[in-house]
Amino acid sequence: MSTAVYIAVMAGVTYLIRVLPFAFFRKKIRSRFLRSMLYYIPYAVLAAMTVPAIFYSTGSLVTAAVGTAAALIAAWFGLPLVAVALIAAAAAYLVHFLV
Amino acid sequence: MHSRSDLLRGLGNGLPIGLGYLSVSFGFGIMASRAGLSVAETTLISLTNLTSAGQAAGVDVIASHGSLMEMALVQLTINIRYALMALTLSQKLGSRFTLPRRLLAAYGITDEIFAVCAAEKGEIQPSYMYGVILIATIGWVLGTFLGAAAGSLLPQAVTDALGIVLYGMFIAIIVPPARRERPVLFTVAVAAGLSLVCRYLLTMLSGGFAVILCAVVAAAAAAWLFPIKDEEEEDAA
Repeated sequence: MSTAVYIAVMAGVTYLIRVLPFAFFRKKIRSRFLRSMLYYIPYAVLAAMTVPAIFYSTGSLVTAAVGTAAALIAAWFGLPLVAVALIAAAAAYLVHFLV
Repeated sequence: MHSRSDLLRGLGNGLPIGLGYLSVSFGFGIMASRAGLSVAETTLISLTNLTSAGQAAGVDVIASHGSLMEMALVQLTINIRYALMALTLSQKLGSRFTLPRRLLAAYGITDEIFAVCAAEKGEIQPSYMYGVILIATIGWVLGTFLGAAAGSLLPQAVTDALGIVLYGMFIAIIVPPARRERPVLFTVAVAAGLSLVCRYLLTMLSGGFAVILCAVVAAAAAAWLFPIKDEEEEDAA
């Protein structure tokens, strides 16, 4: 299948998710269960996408594990998103000299 | 003129977002070109989607030749949070936000842009939101282009290390709330555990569907065990 078709589906679905509530929906979601699920979904998605994929992200299990640990520590101390992301990469890069 | 000062204020508040996006999307560009996408395709994805996790998952679907239904479901699951943010923002739009303007500004609802716009006192002005979105989008698309185009010019060790950037950002989003709130920690642990099961035991599941399954089960379990209180609704972003 052509990549353009994939991209069109991706972009179309993503835009619809944003535009329907933003432009047309005027009520509030009442269901407590549904609201709770919407609250937890982003964290669940990010966790499932990160584990175990992060360990394969640098081409070496060791550098990836060190990068992950660095990111966890930086995030634990509440550093900004960009800082955490770059610290993870820097740690993975530095460790590769030792491996 | 009122709307010009709103625009400038939006550009100013959006600048840190744009700079952050620049570095993160650089990693996305490298990741996508490694998955076999061209520079143009990769840049087009960033321009038309403006989202990190959804794009990363979308590239996985493309690389593994998944079905279009899988692609649509993956995007729906990963990006459904934007519907909640859009809903929240829609309550703060004044009369200046006519339908065509809403159709335009909806394009730019991301976690960070939502946060900056939701923090506005009173109504959100269209020019303000345009400003934030414009500078953030420039950063996101430019970073993607540079990563996809020049990523191959960098030493292998550098691009290897940059492969972790996007995941590092995900960790930065997850950890602080997981530290504060037990239910979030529970959600993250269950989702990560299920993801490991899918990856190593249920190997017939494709990556996209695995993420959907893990996320929905973990979030439903958390919603059932720890329903949110009304005042927590604001934090939902």
